[in-house]
Amino acid sequence: MKRIVTAIVHNRSGVLNRVTGLLAKRQFNIESISVGRTETEGVSKMTFVVEIEDERKLEQLTKQLNKQVDVLKVSDITDKAIVARELAMIKVISNPQVRSEIQGIIEPFRATVIDVSRENTTIQVTGNSDKVDALIDLLRPYGIKELARTGLTAFTRGHQKQVAEIKSYSLLK
Amino acid sequence: MKAEATYNVKTAPRTGADLLVEALIEQGVDTLFGYPGGAVLPIYDAIYRAGGSFDHILPRHEQGAIHAAEGYARVSGRPGVVIGTSGPGATNLITGIADAMMDSLPVVIFTGQVAKGVIGTDAFQESDVMGITTPITKHNYQVQRIEELPRIVKEAFHIATTGRPGPVVVDIPKDISSTVHEAKVDASFHLPGYQPTLNPNPLQIKKLHDALLQAKKPVVLAGAGIIHAGGSEELSKFVEAYELPVTTTLLGLGSFPGSSQLSLGMAGMHGTYTANMALYESDLLINIGARFDDRLTGNLQHFAPHAKVAHVDVDPAEIGKNVPTDIPIVSDAKAALEALNHHPSSKLNHNDWLEKTQANKDEFPLWHQDVDSEIAPQWLMKKVHNYTNGDSIVTTDVGQHQMWAAQYYSFHQPNRWVTSGGLGTMGFGFPAAVGAQVADPDAKVIAVVGDGGFQMTMQELSLLQERKLPVKVLIVNNQALGMVRQWQESFYDKRYSHSIIDTQPDFVKLAESYQIPGYRLDSRDQVEEILPSVLNDPHPAVIDCRVMQEENVYPMIAPGKGLHEMIGVKR
Repeated sequence: MKRIVTAIVHNRSGVLNRVTGLLAKRQFNIESISVGRTETEGVSKMTFVVEIEDERKLEQLTKQLNKQVDVLKVSDITDKAIVARELAMIKVISNPQVRSEIQGIIEPFRATVIDVSRENTTIQVTGNSDKVDALIDLLRPYGIKELARTGLTAFTRGHQKQVAEIKSYSLLK
Repeated sequence: MKAEATYNVKTAPRTGADLLVEALIEQGVDTLFGYPGGAVLPIYDAIYRAGGSFDHILPRHEQGAIHAAEGYARVSGRPGVVIGTSGPGATNLITGIADAMMDSLPVVIFTGQVAKGVIGTDAFQESDVMGITTPITKHNYQVQRIEELPRIVKEAFHIATTGRPGPVVVDIPKDISSTVHEAKVDASFHLPGYQPTLNPNPLQIKKLHDALLQAKKPVVLAGAGIIHAGGSEELSKFVEAYELPVTTTLLGLGSFPGSSQLSLGMAGMHGTYTANMALYESDLLINIGARFDDRLTGNLQHFAPHAKVAHVDVDPAEIGKNVPTDIPIVSDAKAALEALNHHPSSKLNHNDWLEKTQANKDEFPLWHQDVDSEIAPQWLMKKVHNYTNGDSIVTTDVGQHQMWAAQYYSFHQPNRWVTSGGLGTMGFGFPAAVGAQVADPDAKVIAVVGDGGFQMTMQELSLLQERKLPVKVLIVNNQALGMVRQWQESFYDKRYSHSIIDTQPDFVKLAESYQIPGYRLDSRDQVEEILPSVLNDPHPAVIDCRVMQEENVYPMIAPGKGLHEMIGVKR
């Protein structure tokens, strides 16, 4: 199962190495990871997307991360109401004849053209990973010259909607 | 001594190394295990100038320093402190750092590093200590500014010794230790990401208490966490109140008196049949301070299959890691036992169970064969126990001799058994004995080592000679890598690939070259004649004891098998 896990960490040198090393050592497969500073000075946030076998492995993951001295808080936010975004930049081969066609394709995705040259157009798109995947699929036939994705970053919404599935919040599970 | 005439400690400017020395003194450190080198020269200069503040033990290889520090930590309960230089000094410490991590020993390691300006240029004697030690430490630091050195030292000791103990590395670039520093520094620290839970949740304790009152076949598994927490007395009080049978892990030996009627002995791969069957059949398993290592559990499918599992551990990540847990209790072992003892106890209805475990003890004891006058290693261990009244400190490497010592040297008190359990390190036992003797100068310390493991760190004989340490090195010499040979016999059709080592030094002459008395024992008569006086002698000794080569460690849970499938059990 795919999980979205966030970790609030001290922004110190070596922390990313420590965290990714830990995940590698315990055989967790990281699909994407994004790190950046937060509103608090000296504190960064990491967002991992990990493919995990079962609940027990997931528990191990969060516990092992929590053990790290520089890790302040670990949350699995997969089942919460969240906002999640990824940014991708896609450089597509585009002669002048197809440029407007590409413009038509990217418009529903609210993607923007951020660079144009004689042979290429570079497009920026943000959204959840599925949306980014979909746009990349549509652009692929034109020939993708270069592609860079940031990986998912996410946090919970300001208002958490009522939970329908009570089981995961119960002590009796 | 001439240096002192030209160097005034009081008026001299203070360097980073002086700050380090002051921080160590403030931590109450009086013993250092270390080896000098280029990148730690400023530190060694500060140690020199600090006069007799430290007892500095100089091994002949850094591996000796860190294993000695581990032995020191195990016996004294205080952190072992190690200093190594950059590059090879640091890499030579790696085995011991990993060993301390696996066995949760509090060790603080200071490594020198090349100057900040040349880090990353592959400078002379540079190695990426942070990168290398990250996966094998509880935490590590590289000091970037001289002002933060005192705080980092404080944090390092705090992290190494609290919660689940472990090794912490502090890497100090040479310019940091040599730079003069005038300003006042603030060494206070706040670690919001490190707040170990030490006291149990009362609700969970009540759950365990309720489960105990329901149990028909309860068993306690006592691990090293009890020893680290100093909870042996509380354990005895708890198990006696309810008359609970107790098995220990390899590292938990001594947490509960082996001589007690309630003791079933050690569990696991080479544990007793009684202990393993108690785990297999139990309906309530109370694990206190053990981490369900695979050498203990055997095949997880058959591990305590009928039991409700309660697990007390100070490290929440251990709970549920290997064995699903019904009653998790995150707590220091001693605090949890105190909380349990606080509940009014009542008699359990488990007489059948007690009788059965006792009957198993009588019916399936540990056994071995004696052949003529040859020395059976098991017999030897029993003799060593008798000659020392079972109250000496025993250290070992990994392998057959380790298992025989664990099986036949019955431990009655904590902190007397120093062995490499998790990492299984050859060469650990002898330097660990040096550290143990330094920690407890009056104790009788016996390094039970194999002929293979001893040859990995035997250069530390220098320390016995130099420091007049009365450590007894008992080589259980079967002229083979015994456990490797046993596995090749059992699982590789006797293809003894590179496990028989019959070209050996003359250990007696080797000892004598260090001015240490050496003895060679070839027969049981010689053991009985010579060993008692040598063991009780106030001088060091090397005893080369030639034991039967073909002897195997039994009983055994073969790899992939369950607790109930022990082989080599004799009725």
